[in-house]
Amino acid sequence: MLDLDKWKEIWATLRSNRLRTFLTAFGVFWGIVMLMAMLGFGSSIQAGSKQQMKGMATNLLFVWGQQTTESFDGLPPGRQVRFNTDDIEILRRLPSIEHLAPRLQLGGWMNNFTVSYESKNGTFTVMADYPELRHIIAFEYEAGRFINERDIAEQRKIAVIGKAVREQLFGDTDPIGKYIKISGVYFQVVGVTKTLRGGQMGDRDANTLFVPFTTLKTAFKMGDRVGFFAMTAKPGTDGPELERQVREALARHHRIAPDDGLAIGSFNMFVMFSKFQTFFFVLALVSWIVGGATLLAGVIGVSNIMLITVKERTKEIGVRKALGATPLSIVSMVMKESIALTAIAGLTGVAAGVGLLAMAEAILSSMPDSPLGPPNVGLGTVLKAVAVLVTAGGIAGIMPASHAASIKPIEALRAE
Amino acid sequence: MLRLDKVNKYYRVGTHSLHVLRDVELEVADGEFVAIMGASGSGKSTLLNILGILDDYDSGEYWLGDTLIRSLSEAKAANYRNRFIGFVFQSFNLLPFKTALENVALPLYYQGVTRRKRNQIATQYLERVGLRDWAEHLPSEMSGGQKQRVAIARSLIGKPRLILADEPTGALDSETSKQIMDLLSEIHRTGITVLVVTHDPEVAIRTQRTIRLRDGKVVGAHEASLSNPGMPVAVP
Repeated sequence: MLDLDKWKEIWATLRSNRLRTFLTAFGVFWGIVMLMAMLGFGSSIQAGSKQQMKGMATNLLFVWGQQTTESFDGLPPGRQVRFNTDDIEILRRLPSIEHLAPRLQLGGWMNNFTVSYESKNGTFTVMADYPELRHIIAFEYEAGRFINERDIAEQRKIAVIGKAVREQLFGDTDPIGKYIKISGVYFQVVGVTKTLRGGQMGDRDANTLFVPFTTLKTAFKMGDRVGFFAMTAKPGTDGPELERQVREALARHHRIAPDDGLAIGSFNMFVMFSKFQTFFFVLALVSWIVGGATLLAGVIGVSNIMLITVKERTKEIGVRKALGATPLSIVSMVMKESIALTAIAGLTGVAAGVGLLAMAEAILSSMPDSPLGPPNVGLGTVLKAVAVLVTAGGIAGIMPASHAASIKPIEALRAE
Repeated sequence: MLRLDKVNKYYRVGTHSLHVLRDVELEVADGEFVAIMGASGSGKSTLLNILGILDDYDSGEYWLGDTLIRSLSEAKAANYRNRFIGFVFQSFNLLPFKTALENVALPLYYQGVTRRKRNQIATQYLERVGLRDWAEHLPSEMSGGQKQRVAIARSLIGKPRLILADEPTGALDSETSKQIMDLLSEIHRTGITVLVVTHDPEVAIRTQRTIRLRDGKVVGAHEASLSNPGMPVAVP
């Protein structure tokens, strides 16, 4: 295979049919570029989603109250389910829950509040939380700390603010120890979070202030309400099982029909995660099928062209045989031409694909909020593609090569 | 050099069988210069193909030197062609995308000779046919006579014991034909057996002996031919 002399011979033949060689090569080139672009796109979406979910536990479950749809225990349907502090005790008794974080948003879900510091103000999300939230969403801290048990116990008026909140209200001033006003009540800033999540989720984190759950309840007279629960499952408990137990306990407490699935809303990260994984698997599969089919079309093109070439070169092959070429040397000549053509075209395609992905990466990295992450086709995939190409080139060469080997020199020389 | 003993060849055309060579008896001594003549359809091309191990025969024996040539594998046939026989064709059969030098060197490629070595040898052979300055030219840039000289150089490079020339002057004008026959005579004088298939008496007259074929049979093979009665049956 490393016989330079033979490759010179092959190169001479391919060069003598430039246009045809080019057109054939383009099919393979395009196939491999397609394959790489699709795999790159898939990995980009995957990287993007991973970025969004970074810092979130994967065995996460959120539950919130909705409206009942069935009458139960003498109660009519259409009743609003409101969680309360009693539910905290009920859920804490469930053995499958590792960390429980009751949460409440000031003003209700998706409502924002005006927060001010001295003359500056902005509109942000205010969340009442327990220290356990750390286990649900992992934060890093620019400064200070998160809510702790003493804040909860003493109902301290403290706040942990997001990065965007700090930027808007404080600019370059150090916010730690300063007092901000939330809806007329002063809170002392004790920490600034730095989110690990990307995209929309990261944005939301940056625009959020966290205050102790108990403080918010009394400061804003929210009674015993709990907005929703976030929790993680103990290791060994799967997401669907945890959700079943939580729903059962809450349904009993709030007198909800056991089969009324719509009364309690939920978001199960575990289920979401496995859905994601299935999605990415399918995406990769589709990429390989579509890219592979394009590549296959290219390879069939090579086979076809090689066959035509062999027919056109009947006389040449006849002459070669008369001069002492063995059938094996003819087979090897045609196969090597086929492999060389496929490999050169394919490797050019790989290079173009790598260039394309690098370009996409450069563009995407200039858009930090993009839901797409950096496209990344691993070296292993590239090498696999190259191996596939060389094999494909060989397969493409089989038929033309065996045809070439069967050419009888007398028939070839008669064709005058 | 070579001997054919009751060689028969049939071509199957549908259900019919065409008897192309009938009990051909033929002997050519080492170093002979022989012409094979015959009208078209007389079987002379078939005979040449069998002699050149390009085609097999149905019965009889063909001895090339001490070797019985019969039902050889393609690889073996290729090897014998490469080592023992040099071909010269009417239409030259040079590879159009290769230079004169590369064309001449081609048989050595199939002997596994390195590029440098075979180009060196090919240059010598091109010089021998007077085309050293044309080494880097493509066949399309050469005249018919020059192309045939290149082809002859190619037929010689493998140091064959037998040159088979199929109508070597068929595509050339009479002046060029004469030069090519001069070249073949010169090759013959170096001790190589030369067999020329032709229907041109002008060509046949330049050889030592003419074998005539008619309807697949050899006629007057062992007599001095009519066209060159004075020439002896060669014993160099």
